[in-house]
Amino acid sequence: MALKDSIAWYHFAAPKNFYPLAGKMIPWFWGLTIVLLLVGLYLSFFVAPTDYKQGESYRIIFIHVPAAWMSMLIYLVMATYAIIGLAWKVRLADMMASALAPTGAMFTFLALWTGAFWGKPTWGTYWVWDARLTSELILLFLYIGFISLQSAIDDPRRAAKASSLLAIVGVINLPIIYFSVQWWNTLHQGASVSPTMAPKMATIMLTAMLIMTVAFWMYTIAIVLMRVRRIILERERQTTWVMELLGDETVGEKDGRK
Amino acid sequence: MLEIRDLECVRGDHRLFTGLNFSLQGGELLYLRGSNGSGKTSLLRTVCGLLEPTEGEVLWKGGNVRSQRDEFNAELTYLGHLNGVKGELTAFENLQLGGALSGLAVSEDDIYHALERIGLGGREDLPTQVLSQGQKRRVALARLLLSQASLWVLDEPFTALDVGAVDQLAKLIEAHLQKGGMVMFTTHQAVDIRAGAVREVNLDALDS
Amino acid sequence: MSDGVLTSGVQGGLFAAWRAMLVRDLTLAMRRRADVLTSLFVFIIVVSLFPLGVSPEMSVLRGIAPGVIWVAALLATMLSLGRMFADDHQDGSLEQMLLLPHPLSMLVLGKVLAHWLVSGLPLVLLSPLLGMQLGMEGEAIGLLMVTLLLGTPVLSLIGATGAALTLGVRGGGVLVSLLVLPLYIPVLIIGTGAVDAGISGMDYEGHLSLLGAFLVIALLTTPLATAAALRISVE
Repeated sequence: MALKDSIAWYHFAAPKNFYPLAGKMIPWFWGLTIVLLLVGLYLSFFVAPTDYKQGESYRIIFIHVPAAWMSMLIYLVMATYAIIGLAWKVRLADMMASALAPTGAMFTFLALWTGAFWGKPTWGTYWVWDARLTSELILLFLYIGFISLQSAIDDPRRAAKASSLLAIVGVINLPIIYFSVQWWNTLHQGASVSPTMAPKMATIMLTAMLIMTVAFWMYTIAIVLMRVRRIILERERQTTWVMELLGDETVGEKDGRK
Repeated sequence: MLEIRDLECVRGDHRLFTGLNFSLQGGELLYLRGSNGSGKTSLLRTVCGLLEPTEGEVLWKGGNVRSQRDEFNAELTYLGHLNGVKGELTAFENLQLGGALSGLAVSEDDIYHALERIGLGGREDLPTQVLSQGQKRRVALARLLLSQASLWVLDEPFTALDVGAVDQLAKLIEAHLQKGGMVMFTTHQAVDIRAGAVREVNLDALDS
Repeated sequence: MSDGVLTSGVQGGLFAAWRAMLVRDLTLAMRRRADVLTSLFVFIIVVSLFPLGVSPEMSVLRGIAPGVIWVAALLATMLSLGRMFADDHQDGSLEQMLLLPHPLSMLVLGKVLAHWLVSGLPLVLLSPLLGMQLGMEGEAIGLLMVTLLLGTPVLSLIGATGAALTLGVRGGGVLVSLLVLPLYIPVLIIGTGAVDAGISGMDYEGHLSLLGAFLVIALLTTPLATAAALRISVE
């Protein structure tokens, strides 16, 4: 059984075999994303009770908190793929790492943006140098560094290796950065945006938040699979299977035009 | 001693060669042929361990060079397109520091002697940036005189050299082979090197 | 440089190679003094801009002085990172370095030490002067120097990894700051935090041990990362 499993892993670690598998999985993950997003948004905006202190504006945390969770989680997943890619020379892992980065950066940006919009009605200012927001900002810098380094190197193999190494350096630093930012924040007695209603948060609110998180997860998987398929075609374009595949498609297009 | 197994090299989108096999024993000269862009430099760099092969392996005394890098490097001298000579340092300092870095016991006399032999006598203490292209190349070649490595990997060693220096280098290679050393090289010039055993690898003749 | 320093007849061994690397980089830095001085002047100029840009009031300046000097040190270090490997990459010395029969990470450590001696240590030595300009008191200045002494080697170590990752890359000079500055943040926070704590009469020993811990972690990890990045850069 274990052997069989490991063979399956091995099989699908080859970009050639993963490409069609990913293609089959994408619609399912999109479907899950849409369903969960609809349920989650309905719960967040219509079912969850109005906060007695913050009114309706607090509802942005149903997007803000899951986005912040995802932004950190994706960096960890990305670094894990980077380690696998570098240590075991699995090309698909490198590709997954590069495919994850834009989505991670997007969630980081979303978390910052929604945080700012939550901050305005709550503290009357868009930005506070709070530990979470500051860490999130630094995380955005790390994502941007990863993406910039990758796009600055022309050779795809070298780009993948260099950016994987950067992701690993980043993930080692991440706890140190978080810790120092936390500490800096307590020292300067800055504002804290942590949702204080957490202990008495209604079950319905927690449910909504979790559903939103799962919806974001499904979205991430769907979009990353789409992106990784494109990256596979780009990086494997000299191989015969991609040439055959693209050859078929161009023939198909020509036929279609007739 | 040196063995190349099923080597494949991909640069960017282009597969330069695949399924390359050959071996090299002490006293043998390997002449690497191929047109521009056929992957000669990439092959030499892969043998040295600077490039990671996409497939296959380079073996030294039966073990993969990547798992015994220090031992392999101690027996290797590589001369690439770039001289690896510091313009701000004199020819003497370049060789002295180079020797210390590779862990060789090189005396000052050895260095002066080597520079004399390679035709840089009297220019030992000039910063190499004021030397001509050919003279800079000679500084790099002087490393071969001081080296105790058994494998020489030379990428176009004859470029920028005048007739006299080409002749001298050819003699140097012959002497190294006679001592049981190995040489791998590429060149566009027709150079006459007498060696006991000459192997040829033509990258154009491989089907990829 | 006299031949006496470059003692010849060196026997093999890692230490000899390590020392040769240090001597080599220091000699090269001496012969390109202008480059070295440029980043030092950047340090001085950046600090001098703050009284002009913020306020010449000593009370205001005194409050921001540790942060200003630390940020200027970050910027000056960053500008000097280009020197660490770029020339060696260009003239082929880096290839030769990768083919030496010694662990690359140890050689990297020699190069980083040379970089710090030339670009980091002068910042530490200059900082009292700039501290006084910004109205810092004697004890705080001493503390600032200690934090810089512990912190600037970390900047050189992390910077080496960034410099190696961006070798031969389009727009590498700008890119390196994007990669390296976020990683400098913990050092900045703890370094300035220590001085601030000292000024307000609080305990700062914890900060200093943290900076020391950062230095140890950086010493253990960054040479390996830098070596890996250098190998990638010549491919």
